[in-house]
Amino acid sequence: MTAPRPKSDVPFYLCLSLLGGLYVGLVAALLVADVAYTSTVDLGHVFASPQIRAAIWLSLISCSAAAILSVWVAVPLGYLLSRTRFPGRGFIDLLVDVPILLPPLVVGLSLLILFQMPPGAWFQRNVFAVAYAVPGVVLAQFAVSAAFAVRTMRVTFDQIDPRTEDIARTLGCSRAQAFWLVTLPEARRGILTAFTLAWARALGEFGPILVFCGATRMRTEVLSTSVFLELSIGNLEAALGVSLLMIGVAVFVLVITRAFGLRGTGLI
Amino acid sequence: MIAVEGLSIRQGEFALDGVTFTVPTGVYAVLMGQTGSGKTTLLEAIAGLRRPTAGRILLAGHDVTQFPPAIRNVGYVPQDAVLFKTMTVWENIAFALNVRKTQHSEVESRVRELAELLGLSGLLERRAVGLSGGEAQRVALGRAIAFRPAVLLLDEPLNAVDEDTRDRIVELLRGVRTEHKMTVLHITHSNAEAELLGERILRFDAGRVTVREER
Repeated sequence: MTAPRPKSDVPFYLCLSLLGGLYVGLVAALLVADVAYTSTVDLGHVFASPQIRAAIWLSLISCSAAAILSVWVAVPLGYLLSRTRFPGRGFIDLLVDVPILLPPLVVGLSLLILFQMPPGAWFQRNVFAVAYAVPGVVLAQFAVSAAFAVRTMRVTFDQIDPRTEDIARTLGCSRAQAFWLVTLPEARRGILTAFTLAWARALGEFGPILVFCGATRMRTEVLSTSVFLELSIGNLEAALGVSLLMIGVAVFVLVITRAFGLRGTGLI
Repeated sequence: MIAVEGLSIRQGEFALDGVTFTVPTGVYAVLMGQTGSGKTTLLEAIAGLRRPTAGRILLAGHDVTQFPPAIRNVGYVPQDAVLFKTMTVWENIAFALNVRKTQHSEVESRVRELAELLGLSGLLERRAVGLSGGEAQRVALGRAIAFRPAVLLLDEPLNAVDEDTRDRIVELLRGVRTEHKMTVLHITHSNAEAELLGERILRFDAGRVTVREER
């Protein structure tokens, strides 16, 4: 008896490629359309604009500050969620995801309300202004980007064998020393990934900044608000120029993240 | 001396109840038992990594049951070495000495001495990833004995190594036994290992430790 002749795998892979290719084609077409529509002259005008240049600087500074703050809270929180069991852990785990799931405008509105309440108002009167000011931009970006950083750090610590810390403790380390000397160095790629993801997320933040800080040119304008402002006055070329700049930065961040980070973990 | 008195540990569904045995000072004891009988849990409890629900652990006459691992003066070599991957072989071996802020010259001479003994001199600058099973076990052994602990705990150190490496590590462990005068508790399920190394062979069966042979 002869074995049945195996059917070709080509139709199977062809179907998968066609269906998946639809989305890949859409993303590629978006980028090509953006590039095709603009010209180097338009880009030159965009970067010559003092408002756009101020927005670029504020974006660079506020995104970096938000990313540093995000990593600052993500490392301890990710470690606690990954390695320890404590009352309310499930609730905190859920709470950390809330900024990811909330509509961006709601995050902005919630921040606005928070700083209108007596403690928030007191803080603004006696320490420094937050709403409709640069610190508010950083806070709005941080509120969302920190959630992504915490998730990244949690996955990072989940992937590090906790027994390395156990061994370090038998060799004379306290828990804190084991964390600093063994676990943190092993988590360095995850920290870099958390930083870059938080940075990229902060760059794309628009809704919370618009609601919480407004869109005042040369004051609270970041790149995402520049796109909105240029569009609202019908300057499509400028909006597109800023968009291309943001696309370039996003691609750069993705390349960095993939080179150093958590490819294959489901985070990117 | 290692003395375990009525030790009970609960870990999910798994439980050890009333385990008692002793290993006199300077003796190389081999603890045998079937896979899943709780040998590793017992070793981890002695190292301070598992909290017992009852009983006592005495090391060198001191009750260390509530002590953290760091001050038990115990060297522990886990089954799969668990090296510090971001460090070099040198940094792994020197780790306990650096934590104790030992003088640099002393660290240097101790690491060189151990590297010579363990056949690791050519690997010292290499990062501790991608090492063979035998190399990793030798690094883990060097790391565990560098600070001259009074007690050495070995969890199936010859399990993942080929025959040539096995013979070499057996020789090393014999050297450790005679030169370093440590009290050793070595877990295995191999009769051959027990015959080669054990001065006291203990049998762990149905939650009870009995002395099978004394030499």
